[in-house]
Amino acid sequence: MNAPVTASSMPAITYNFAYLDEQTKRMIRRAILKAIAIPGYQVPFASREMPMPYGWGTGGVQVTAAILGADDVLKVIDQGSDDTTNAVAIRTFFETTAGVATTTRTQDATIIQTRHRIPEAELKAGQTIVFQVPIPEPLRYLEPRETETRRLHALADYGLMQVKLYEDIARHGHIATTYAYPVKVEGRYVMDPSPIPKFDNPKMNDSPALQLFGAGREKRIYAIPPHTQVVSLDFEDHPFKVQAFKEPCALCGATGVYLDEVILDDKGGRMFVCSDTDHCSTRQAEGHTGTMSAPYQEAAHD
Amino acid sequence: MAIPALAVPALAAGFADPVHDAQRSFAAVMRAMSEPGLPVPLASDLDPPAPLSREAAACALALLDYETPVFLDAALSAAPAVAAFLRFHTGAPVVDDPAAARFAFIADAAALPDFGAFAQGEPDYPDRSATLIVQVSDFGTGAIVLEGPGIKGRRSFSAAPLPSDLPARLAANRALYPLGIDLILTAPGGVLGLPRTVKPVMED
Amino acid sequence: MYVAVKGGEAAIRNAHALLAKKRRGEESVPEIGLDQIAGQLSLAVDRVMAEGSLYDRELAALAIKQARGDLIEAIFLARAFRTTLPRFGASVPVDTGAMRIERRISATFKDLPGGQVLGPTFDYTHRLMDERLATHASDADAPRQLAPSPRAGEGWGKGEERREADATPAAPMPRVTDLLGGEGLIEPSPADDGTPPRDLTREPLSFPADRPLRLQALARGDEGFLLALGYSTQRGYARTHPFVGEIRFGTVEVSLPVEELGFAVPLGDIAVTECQSVNQFKGSATEPPQFTRGYGLVFGQSERKAMSMALVDRALRFKELGEEKSAPSQDEEFVLSHCDNVQATGFVEHLKLPHYVDFQAELDLIRRMRAEAEAPDEMKEAAE
Repeated sequence: MNAPVTASSMPAITYNFAYLDEQTKRMIRRAILKAIAIPGYQVPFASREMPMPYGWGTGGVQVTAAILGADDVLKVIDQGSDDTTNAVAIRTFFETTAGVATTTRTQDATIIQTRHRIPEAELKAGQTIVFQVPIPEPLRYLEPRETETRRLHALADYGLMQVKLYEDIARHGHIATTYAYPVKVEGRYVMDPSPIPKFDNPKMNDSPALQLFGAGREKRIYAIPPHTQVVSLDFEDHPFKVQAFKEPCALCGATGVYLDEVILDDKGGRMFVCSDTDHCSTRQAEGHTGTMSAPYQEAAHD
Repeated sequence: MAIPALAVPALAAGFADPVHDAQRSFAAVMRAMSEPGLPVPLASDLDPPAPLSREAAACALALLDYETPVFLDAALSAAPAVAAFLRFHTGAPVVDDPAAARFAFIADAAALPDFGAFAQGEPDYPDRSATLIVQVSDFGTGAIVLEGPGIKGRRSFSAAPLPSDLPARLAANRALYPLGIDLILTAPGGVLGLPRTVKPVMED
Repeated sequence: MYVAVKGGEAAIRNAHALLAKKRRGEESVPEIGLDQIAGQLSLAVDRVMAEGSLYDRELAALAIKQARGDLIEAIFLARAFRTTLPRFGASVPVDTGAMRIERRISATFKDLPGGQVLGPTFDYTHRLMDERLATHASDADAPRQLAPSPRAGEGWGKGEERREADATPAAPMPRVTDLLGGEGLIEPSPADDGTPPRDLTREPLSFPADRPLRLQALARGDEGFLLALGYSTQRGYARTHPFVGEIRFGTVEVSLPVEELGFAVPLGDIAVTECQSVNQFKGSATEPPQFTRGYGLVFGQSERKAMSMALVDRALRFKELGEEKSAPSQDEEFVLSHCDNVQATGFVEHLKLPHYVDFQAELDLIRRMRAEAEAPDEMKEAAE
């Protein structure tokens, strides 16, 4: 993308550090500061068109571009993995436009941009995790109108959400929301944690790291400062519970982590492996094994 | 930003490295706002016209532009070079009405204006509220104890000079939540955030 | 033993290399030039400029080439480039009354000052494949007569005859809406109260949106989406009784006010299509009835888009005109939130990104619920 256009009269095309122009960064930075000051509230911002499609992380990319400094070390994951195509594309984008150092190791990163997961390793003070958000409005599927949902947030009227969750229980005997499970932040705003599995919700509560959320197409930024109370909505007789897996990771033997199901054949053969690839490979490097482990090899990175 | 030549009497320079100096200044402010009451180092080699401090100037250059009306307190207004500096480097319109400002710069912290003079946000848009950048001479620990998001347990800080009723004013501001103003204190070498979420612990 | 699949940078690089090869096509065929795209696929270029909101024929041609002719992808490329450009200011409003006309037709008057100017149009062509275009030889031939002659006694073609006969620039052609306005028969254009319009690309869209903001969104909105919405108004979903007062296509001058100089400096000409619809009249006890209007303006030549925009603009004005709200085309939150094809294609297509973490959560739940449903009642058959 940095190749200059050489045709005829066209001027060479150049881009700023981290792609965004400085005015755009200031606008996003101001939105981030307000988001931090009002945890869980969705701050509208003038989201820009980015060189990747809406819905593919433009909000997260804009937030990362606005906070990223030359000394930062960036990790990008999608579905918990550093190697999924979209994670690779976004990481390469920042390597190219900002020249920053990148890593796959959770503990070495200063900024982690993520889609759909929170790493298994506990985040540290000073780290910032940036979530890519498709639909930031937790009430959107209950009330499609922005004018209405904004009003409901202003009045802290979350009855709709309680009714929806309760209808689930009436119909299925369970709250049938398994991801993007709504949370209440500091007892005030109901917030969509982005489509992370509800397994990850408890990691948001009292986290030492700063959590930022960017929704590019919907033009919203929101935040959870470190050590902020984040409670998953539930009922006394139906308390919030996270998913539990029956078996450990087939590669590293980890339990109490989120697993991906991998289909091995068309005869019902399947295995479960860590969704967090850094967590899994770190454990394998430490000598942990699972039922389907290969002899450990140093990961070859290209 | 085109400025007639006559209006530019040897203006103080802006950021030496506009992209990275702005990022570093913002990063310090973001950290300060996410961990209220914690002094966060902010190095600035700006040399703005007095009484604007170099840290406050770094905040201004990192956050202001033509979209952000800015209010200056009496001490800063008394030095026309300050407004000229901000206008030249940021393009921000300087406004007389504090209620119209997105940012307010206060050099005389002891005479911190009433928060009610500034935009508090609206119930539908609580983000449409002012951020006050207040210059103090130093930070310490102890005097004011805070709780709230960004603080594990409690955190204490002190800063001088500030009005003695600051804790009461912060508590009143907190009572408006999610409306309210946000404060950034600057002192030589650092910044300290007091977003509207901070709850001063009285009599502790 | 199992080795996890990795997306990997190598796979992405290979995919991109394959894409470049596919874009180039058969290498024995000469590579298409931007001048050919800009010159011979000019309506594709117009659409990319309009919905990319970037008036630059060469960049639009580049985008079309790079996108392998996928116009929404090309629009996306134009937008992503546009967003990085510095802004120098806002031009003075263009004066379409002073347009250098290439085409101008009115459906409301048989003849009118300036005449009906057909210009380059597909209208009245017989949509028969012209096999002669399949060979380069056809370039030299005289174009086949695809349009019927102007009908005698109507204003058709009059303006063109005049233009061809007269080398001096044509006199400005008054807009039909101005002619009607002279009699007070149509609502006047909204007065300029000096408020600068909000800028859709610089601040987030919030509702209610005023008309300038709505028109901005429609001007860059997807042609197909607006076409369908406009069509729905004709079929009774918020019917507005439209007449095409006028469609004009041609070039207008763009100039930028320079404060230091105290006047506006011309920057150049752009081609635009304007459609003004004349719609159902309104009146009240105090005001005599007047026709109302809908407005469409797009870069380049795109009558379909300009007309659809005018229909939807008119439908969106229901509240101000005291009409019932009954249809999607009147719902500004629905229309404005969904008319942008760059947003729409991104979100629709993001469904092909991996979602296996969330799907795993759903699998787990559905298995658990099925197990619970089957367990308590042995009599119950496994409902399969």
